[in-house]
Amino acid sequence: MSTVRVLVGTRKGAFVLTADGKRERWDVQGPHFAGWEIYHIQGSPADPNRLYASQSSGWFGQQIQRSNDGGKSWEPVGNEFAYDGVPGTHQWYDGTAHPWEFKRVWHLEPSLSDPDTLYAGVEDAALFRTTDGGRTWHELAGLRGHGSGSRWQPGAGGMCLHTILLDPSAPGRMFIAISAAGAFRTDDAGRTWRPINRGLRSEYIPDPEAEVGHCVHRIAMHRSRPSVLFMQKHWDVLRSDDAGESWHEVSGNLPTDFGFPIEVHAHEPETIYVVPIKSDSEHFPPEGKLRVYRSRTGGHEWEALTRGLPQRDCYVNVLRDAMAVDRLDSCGVYFGTTGGQVYASADAGDSWTPIVRDLPAVLSVEVQTLP
Amino acid sequence: MIRIVLPAHLRTLARVEGEVRLDIEGQATQRAVLDALEVRYPMLRGAIRDHVTLKRRPFVRFFACAEDLSHEPPDAPLPEAVASGVEPFLVIGAIAGG
Repeated sequence: MSTVRVLVGTRKGAFVLTADGKRERWDVQGPHFAGWEIYHIQGSPADPNRLYASQSSGWFGQQIQRSNDGGKSWEPVGNEFAYDGVPGTHQWYDGTAHPWEFKRVWHLEPSLSDPDTLYAGVEDAALFRTTDGGRTWHELAGLRGHGSGSRWQPGAGGMCLHTILLDPSAPGRMFIAISAAGAFRTDDAGRTWRPINRGLRSEYIPDPEAEVGHCVHRIAMHRSRPSVLFMQKHWDVLRSDDAGESWHEVSGNLPTDFGFPIEVHAHEPETIYVVPIKSDSEHFPPEGKLRVYRSRTGGHEWEALTRGLPQRDCYVNVLRDAMAVDRLDSCGVYFGTTGGQVYASADAGDSWTPIVRDLPAVLSVEVQTLP
Repeated sequence: MIRIVLPAHLRTLARVEGEVRLDIEGQATQRAVLDALEVRYPMLRGAIRDHVTLKRRPFVRFFACAEDLSHEPPDAPLPEAVASGVEPFLVIGAIAGG
């Protein structure tokens, strides 16, 4: 029987949750790296026992940890993220020019084919790559250098590169997203980039339809159809049917179109999930009801999924990297909250059960489906 | 021989228990101690001082002999009691929330 491994990053350590394919009984291992912020843990599609974790601390900076045995043991690898050349400046909150400064790794995205190759999205926004299993990191500087970098500015959470999507049908194509700059695409493996934000409208910037400056919260794709992208923006849920060339809003009947994560069902490319959050200043579910919303039509029409989720007095948030799906026949959906719960659904969202209730605030959730 | 006391998180990271003891060639300075520490424990690179500038990280402090040496020049000689191993060189994670 298959095994499901849920990799959870929290404010104070990492946890590995494991169950068989029934997804009823869970083994909880952790905390790994206790006391450190774990922004992300991710497994290699090419070697599921190869895991990488981004471990950071306001005191002691950034570490990258690597496991070769599915998270049982870990070793620190390279942690030097040096911007290529003279880093230059981006906009600061007050509009002044501010030098690029590395702060932390938000997201790790392993290559689809090589366990030693891995991308890292960092704050201040830049993309790095290792091809030696994390020992050395090199910036793909064409992203910051493509022309608009000096106009990027941080969102409230910092100027982070938080989303990296690798196109399985076109090895040179990659999508990334930055708060608050927008979405970008390369078609030549990261050498050159261009913004892909046409159709985004953001009232909080001087020109609501500017080429860059949009606070994209996350992008998702289904691997069978990589030219269709779904986006949760600061406000608005959008989709693109042409690899980001243009976007249109699909918020439809959502109670609020603010939120952070967006995810796609493992087997149904038109089934997507979001967690509506009341507003950018009230980072909790509307009416104190924690509801996942599912669209089976690729947007526009949404249904609330509530069974097993708290429907009163719930004021947690669900962060952008804290939702994931497994690949079992009955697709499992998972998300973690800032209140420390990790919820699982073994029936594509129809019903939910907490795997754990009292972890530190959850920053990220990833899922591996193991044979 | 220099005695170094690391904060708990860095002991865990470096997989050491108790004090670290290092032999330093030449004059014992902050730079010499940290250079030697990072050679023996490469995972500490970037955790105490910046990789490139080698400046102390903002929330890290260096104490010895009941004195705060954090703002001393990196090439200034450490107190004789530290250089001779009588007193330890303390690397401290500053009290700063969290």
